[in-house]
Amino acid sequence: MMSSSKICVVVISGSLERLQMAAMVASVAAVSGSEVLVFFSMNALPHFIKGRTVKAAHEGEMGALMASKKVPEFKTLFEQAVELGDAKIFPCSMAMDVLGIEEKDLEDYLEKATGLTKFLHDGQDGQVWTF
Amino acid sequence: MAKKIVDGRGSFCPGPLMEMIAVLKSSQIGDELEVLSTDKGSANEIPEWVNKVGHEYVSTVEKDGVWHITMRKKK
Repeated sequence: MMSSSKICVVVISGSLERLQMAAMVASVAAVSGSEVLVFFSMNALPHFIKGRTVKAAHEGEMGALMASKKVPEFKTLFEQAVELGDAKIFPCSMAMDVLGIEEKDLEDYLEKATGLTKFLHDGQDGQVWTF
Repeated sequence: MAKKIVDGRGSFCPGPLMEMIAVLKSSQIGDELEVLSTDKGSANEIPEWVNKVGHEYVSTVEKDGVWHITMRKKK
Protein backbone atom coordinates (compact mmCIF):
# COMPACT_ATOMS: atom_id res chain seq x y z
CA MET A 1 0.00 0.00 0.00
CA MET A 2 1.39 3.42 -0.91
CA SER A 3 1.81 5.67 2.09
CA SER A 4 0.47 9.17 1.74
CA SER A 5 1.54 10.47 5.15
CA LYS A 6 3.68 9.58 8.12
CA ILE A 7 2.41 9.34 11.69
CA CYS A 8 4.64 8.91 14.73
CA VAL A 9 3.07 7.54 17.90
CA VAL A 10 5.11 7.97 21.08
CA VAL A 11 3.79 5.92 24.00
CA ILE A 12 5.22 6.35 27.47
CA SER A 13 2.21 5.75 29.71
CA GLY A 14 1.37 2.33 31.11
CA SER A 15 -2.30 3.19 31.69
CA LEU A 16 -5.02 1.24 29.89
CA GLU A 17 -6.73 4.29 28.42
CA ARG A 18 -3.56 5.72 26.91
CA LEU A 19 -2.30 2.38 25.59
CA GLN A 20 -5.74 1.73 24.09
CA MET A 21 -5.97 5.13 22.38
CA ALA A 22 -2.40 4.84 21.08
CA ALA A 23 -3.17 1.37 19.70
CA MET A 24 -6.34 2.65 18.02
CA VAL A 25 -4.52 5.56 16.35
CA ALA A 26 -1.62 3.35 15.25
CA SER A 27 -3.76 0.52 13.87
CA VAL A 28 -6.35 2.63 12.06
CA ALA A 29 -3.68 4.92 10.57
CA ALA A 30 -1.59 1.93 9.49
CA VAL A 31 -4.45 0.30 7.57
CA SER A 32 -5.56 3.60 6.02
CA GLY A 33 -2.51 4.36 3.93
CA SER A 34 -0.22 6.06 6.45
CA GLU A 35 3.28 4.98 7.36
CA VAL A 36 3.23 4.59 11.13
CA LEU A 37 6.25 4.64 13.44
CA VAL A 38 5.57 3.73 17.07
CA PHE A 39 8.02 4.29 19.91
CA PHE A 40 7.54 2.56 23.27
CA SER A 41 9.37 3.87 26.30
CA MET A 42 8.95 4.39 30.06
CA ASN A 43 5.92 2.63 31.61
CA ALA A 44 4.56 1.54 28.24
CA LEU A 45 7.40 -0.82 27.39
CA PRO A 46 7.05 -3.43 30.19
CA HIS A 47 3.59 -4.33 28.81
CA PHE A 48 5.30 -5.75 25.73
CA ILE A 49 7.59 -8.16 27.57
CA LYS A 50 6.70 -11.71 26.50
CA GLY A 51 4.62 -13.66 28.96
CA ARG A 52 3.71 -10.65 31.06
CA THR A 53 0.41 -11.19 32.84
CA VAL A 54 0.06 -7.87 34.68
CA LYS A 55 -2.91 -5.97 33.25
CA ALA A 56 -2.60 -2.26 32.45
CA ALA A 57 -4.18 -0.25 35.26
CA HIS A 58 -7.01 2.09 34.33
CA GLU A 59 -6.95 5.81 35.07
CA GLY A 60 -10.66 6.37 35.40
CA GLU A 61 -14.23 5.59 34.50
CA MET A 62 -13.71 4.72 30.83
CA GLY A 63 -10.82 2.38 31.52
CA ALA A 64 -12.84 0.53 34.14
CA LEU A 65 -15.75 0.20 31.70
CA MET A 66 -13.49 -0.94 28.87
CA ALA A 67 -11.93 -3.60 31.08
CA SER A 68 -15.41 -5.07 31.62
CA LYS A 69 -16.36 -5.08 27.91
CA LYS A 70 -15.06 -6.82 24.82
CA VAL A 71 -12.97 -3.95 23.44
CA PRO A 72 -10.10 -5.17 21.24
CA GLU A 73 -6.95 -5.62 23.35
CA PHE A 74 -4.36 -2.93 22.77
CA LYS A 75 -1.67 -5.55 22.16
CA THR A 76 -3.80 -7.17 19.45
CA LEU A 77 -4.32 -3.78 17.81
CA PHE A 78 -0.60 -2.99 17.82
CA GLU A 79 0.12 -6.40 16.30
CA GLN A 80 -2.57 -5.84 13.64
CA ALA A 81 -1.04 -2.43 12.87
CA VAL A 82 2.14 -4.28 11.92
CA GLU A 83 0.55 -7.30 10.23
CA LEU A 84 -2.31 -5.67 8.35
CA GLY A 85 -0.87 -2.21 7.83
CA ASP A 86 2.29 -0.23 7.34
CA ALA A 87 3.44 0.14 10.96
CA LYS A 88 6.77 -0.43 12.65
CA ILE A 89 7.08 -0.51 16.44
CA PHE A 90 10.37 0.40 18.09
CA PRO A 91 11.27 -0.33 21.71
CA CYS A 92 13.34 2.43 23.34
CA SER A 93 16.91 1.26 23.89
CA MET A 94 17.25 3.30 27.09
CA ALA A 95 14.12 1.71 28.61
CA MET A 96 15.42 -1.74 27.65
CA ASP A 97 18.74 -1.05 29.38
CA VAL A 98 16.97 0.14 32.54
CA LEU A 99 14.71 -2.94 32.53
CA GLY A 100 17.70 -5.19 31.79
CA ILE A 101 15.96 -6.87 28.86
CA GLU A 102 16.94 -7.83 25.32
CA GLU A 103 15.00 -7.92 22.05
CA LYS A 104 14.22 -11.62 22.48
CA ASP A 105 12.34 -10.76 25.69
CA LEU A 106 9.89 -8.54 23.81
CA GLU A 107 6.89 -9.47 21.65
CA ASP A 108 7.97 -10.66 18.21
CA TYR A 109 6.16 -7.92 16.29
CA LEU A 110 8.47 -5.25 17.75
CA GLU A 111 11.48 -4.04 15.75
CA LYS A 112 15.04 -3.76 17.00
CA ALA A 113 15.86 -1.44 19.91
CA THR A 114 16.01 2.16 18.78
CA GLY A 115 17.35 5.31 20.37
CA LEU A 116 15.81 8.74 20.26
CA THR A 117 18.36 10.03 17.76
CA LYS A 118 17.21 7.56 15.12
CA PHE A 119 13.51 7.84 15.97
CA LEU A 120 13.59 11.64 15.81
CA HIS A 121 15.43 11.49 12.51
CA ASP A 122 13.08 8.92 10.96
CA GLY A 123 9.98 10.76 12.17
CA GLN A 124 10.98 14.34 11.49
CA ASP A 125 8.62 14.74 8.52
CA GLY A 126 5.58 13.17 10.20
CA GLN A 127 2.78 14.08 12.58
CA VAL A 128 3.60 13.23 16.20
CA TRP A 129 1.02 11.79 18.58
CA THR A 130 2.07 11.38 22.19
CA PHE A 131 0.42 9.12 24.77
CA MET B 1 -17.04 -14.16 -6.39
CA ALA B 2 -17.42 -15.32 -2.84
CA LYS B 3 -19.59 -13.76 -0.19
CA LYS B 4 -18.08 -13.82 3.28
CA ILE B 5 -19.51 -12.94 6.69
CA VAL B 6 -17.25 -11.22 9.24
CA ASP B 7 -18.80 -11.59 12.68
CA GLY B 8 -17.65 -8.61 14.76
CA ARG B 9 -20.61 -8.70 17.14
CA GLY B 10 -19.79 -7.86 20.74
CA SER B 11 -16.54 -6.11 19.83
CA PHE B 12 -15.93 -2.37 19.77
CA CYS B 13 -14.30 0.07 17.37
CA PRO B 14 -11.86 -0.58 15.70
CA GLY B 15 -12.23 -4.35 16.31
CA PRO B 16 -14.80 -5.09 13.55
CA LEU B 17 -12.83 -2.95 11.05
CA MET B 18 -9.60 -4.81 11.79
CA GLU B 19 -11.33 -8.19 11.55
CA MET B 20 -12.77 -7.15 8.20
CA ILE B 21 -9.35 -6.05 6.89
CA ALA B 22 -7.82 -9.36 7.96
CA VAL B 23 -10.47 -11.24 5.92
CA LEU B 24 -10.10 -8.76 3.05
CA LYS B 25 -6.39 -9.56 2.77
CA SER B 26 -7.13 -13.19 1.98
CA SER B 27 -10.02 -12.41 -0.38
CA GLN B 28 -10.17 -12.04 -4.15
CA ILE B 29 -11.09 -8.90 -6.07
CA GLY B 30 -14.86 -8.85 -6.47
CA ASP B 31 -15.55 -10.76 -3.25
CA GLU B 32 -18.28 -9.33 -1.06
CA LEU B 33 -17.85 -9.01 2.71
CA GLU B 34 -20.71 -8.50 5.11
CA VAL B 35 -19.59 -7.30 8.53
CA LEU B 36 -21.90 -7.87 11.49
CA SER B 37 -21.41 -5.33 14.27
CA THR B 38 -23.25 -4.36 17.42
CA ASP B 39 -21.11 -1.24 17.70
CA LYS B 40 -22.55 1.89 16.09
CA GLY B 41 -19.11 3.50 15.80
CA SER B 42 -18.02 0.70 13.49
CA ALA B 43 -21.13 1.17 11.36
CA ASN B 44 -19.89 4.71 10.69
CA GLU B 45 -16.19 3.95 10.49
CA ILE B 46 -16.24 0.98 8.11
CA PRO B 47 -17.92 2.79 5.15
CA GLU B 48 -15.56 5.73 5.77
CA TRP B 49 -12.55 3.40 5.56
CA VAL B 50 -13.90 1.52 2.52
CA ASN B 51 -14.35 4.76 0.58
CA LYS B 52 -11.02 6.23 1.67
CA VAL B 53 -9.02 3.17 0.72
CA GLY B 54 -10.82 2.71 -2.61
CA HIS B 55 -13.00 -0.37 -2.24
CA GLU B 56 -16.72 -0.37 -2.99
CA TYR B 57 -19.17 0.36 -0.21
CA VAL B 58 -22.45 -1.43 -0.87
CA SER B 59 -24.88 -0.90 1.99
CA THR B 60 -25.59 -0.70 5.71
CA VAL B 61 -28.71 -2.24 7.23
CA GLU B 62 -29.62 -2.31 10.91
CA LYS B 63 -31.66 -5.26 12.12
CA ASP B 64 -32.42 -6.06 15.77
CA GLY B 65 -29.47 -4.05 17.08
CA VAL B 66 -26.98 -5.54 14.61
CA TRP B 67 -25.52 -3.50 11.77
CA HIS B 68 -24.85 -5.40 8.53
CA ILE B 69 -22.24 -3.45 6.55
CA THR B 70 -21.55 -4.78 3.07
CA MET B 71 -18.56 -3.90 0.89
CA ARG B 72 -16.83 -5.29 -2.19
CA LYS B 73 -13.10 -5.73 -2.66
CA LYS B 74 -11.92 -3.63 -5.62
CA LYS B 75 -8.15 -4.02 -5.63
